[in-house]
Amino acid sequence: MSAPPEASDVVRVAPDEATAGLRSKHLLSVEDLSPEEVLLIFDTAEAMKEIGTRRIKKVPTLRGKTVVNLFLEPSTRTRTSFEIAEKRLSADTLNVAAGTSSMVKGETLIDTARNLEAMAPDIIVVRHGASGACHLLVDVCSAGVINAGDGMHEHPTQALLDAFTIRERKTQFEGLKVAIIGDLVHSRVLRSNMLLLKVLGADVWVCGPQTLIPVGIERFGVRATTSVDTAVTDADVVMLLRVQFERMHGHFFPSLREYFTVFGMTAERMQRAKPDAIIMHPGPINRGVEVSSEVADGPFSVILAQVANGVAIRMAVLYLLAGVETDEEMS
Amino acid sequence: MPVVMEADRIGRTLTRIAHEVVERNRRVDGIALVGIRRRGVPIAQRLARSLLEITGREVPTGALDITLYRDDLMRHPVGPQPVLRRTEIPFSIDERRILLVDDVLYTGRTIRAALDALIDFGRPRSIQLVVLVDRGHRELPVKADYVGKNLPTSLRESVQVRLTEQDGVDEVVVDVVTDESVAVAEGGHRERTT
Repeated sequence: MSAPPEASDVVRVAPDEATAGLRSKHLLSVEDLSPEEVLLIFDTAEAMKEIGTRRIKKVPTLRGKTVVNLFLEPSTRTRTSFEIAEKRLSADTLNVAAGTSSMVKGETLIDTARNLEAMAPDIIVVRHGASGACHLLVDVCSAGVINAGDGMHEHPTQALLDAFTIRERKTQFEGLKVAIIGDLVHSRVLRSNMLLLKVLGADVWVCGPQTLIPVGIERFGVRATTSVDTAVTDADVVMLLRVQFERMHGHFFPSLREYFTVFGMTAERMQRAKPDAIIMHPGPINRGVEVSSEVADGPFSVILAQVANGVAIRMAVLYLLAGVETDEEMS
Repeated sequence: MPVVMEADRIGRTLTRIAHEVVERNRRVDGIALVGIRRRGVPIAQRLARSLLEITGREVPTGALDITLYRDDLMRHPVGPQPVLRRTEIPFSIDERRILLVDDVLYTGRTIRAALDALIDFGRPRSIQLVVLVDRGHRELPVKADYVGKNLPTSLRESVQVRLTEQDGVDEVVVDVVTDESVAVAEGGHRERTT
């Protein structure tokens, strides 16, 4: 693992601007963000990171703001990460989880959203199993909506924290070889990452079993291969994706053991990558499936740094979105 | 636009303040400088250099960004957020005598925010305030302990401190603000809190 680059080497937004903001009050897709907005989020997250090192890890910024975490699909990491971010900014948080919400009684997403809306939250963070669920909420609610993962579509804050972690270690994206390996077809993390990393100028390779490579993935401007060795050779970043059993309704590969033999990341395979390459994984890890414990806990791994950066990125997004104008015409 | 302090004058003023700090604090062991971003930071660093020359002791120096503590945050329904910058206080402030440093003292709101922010870092023995320019018009009960220059101004004027480290030149200028920019200042997140 290389030493973090000097802060002054990092590309920044115009340093003299007194104010800067995002154009939209929602974060549904990384596609909605311009490169300048992405850098603004990164710079803000860098400042937010310092708060986590204080004895009192709290600032009064979002005092009196209400944030609803509407998680209609299981999640530990993302939900706790958002919750910590909200609490560090002093927002009032409310968690609605799938098992405990009235949706088990048959209430529709729109009705749930309308009822939440009546409680006047400022921001709703949504995780839903259906792609595009958060777009529906934007039409129903006047609160800002943050997509915390919708089906197989997108997971923008994950892509932001991944790219932020890469920037910390590699300074710039131009010409960086990023190999993304694993279950490509079910991964919203992949989709958001491909979109974001291309915008930032990285050279993205994707790799997985033929059955798990979506048709037409080259349209995202990435190179696809079924050979792990080709993907890993000279890579600066190796990002592993979880094999998503819960979304697999069919047989995509013969066995877990075979998957690991062909695609699992081992120390031996990592030797083809650049000597200062980093290993990333959005979690939760299936040890011995997509990655060996030796690699996941090894010197290349920045997996826990990703988790820590996740809080800072979500604080930055909440702070910046809270400043965007609310649409009065919607109610 | 009239220049009210030139490079020479700024340099001599800061040296004078450094001597006053030594005079009032006798031993500088327990003191630390914290500059408020953005222009309080280079001033704090210059004071640290003067204090080193005078006493031969290094005084720990930090930078504080008060953005997240501003009292006008989230009160404006429109407008982008102030850009957040990094706070760097690489030492414990507990039991230290803190010299809080800013360029211009105006409404006192920035200082209120800075005090709140500092208290979140620990419990200093005391906090003293150093400003290069005091332009009056306080809206909160705040008073500086060390003042470079008292500058009576009207609300229609703006006071700008420029420092070599950030602006390429050392000077303090007073500008008359036009009606339009007053409207901007009151409507948006302009530097109203200084």
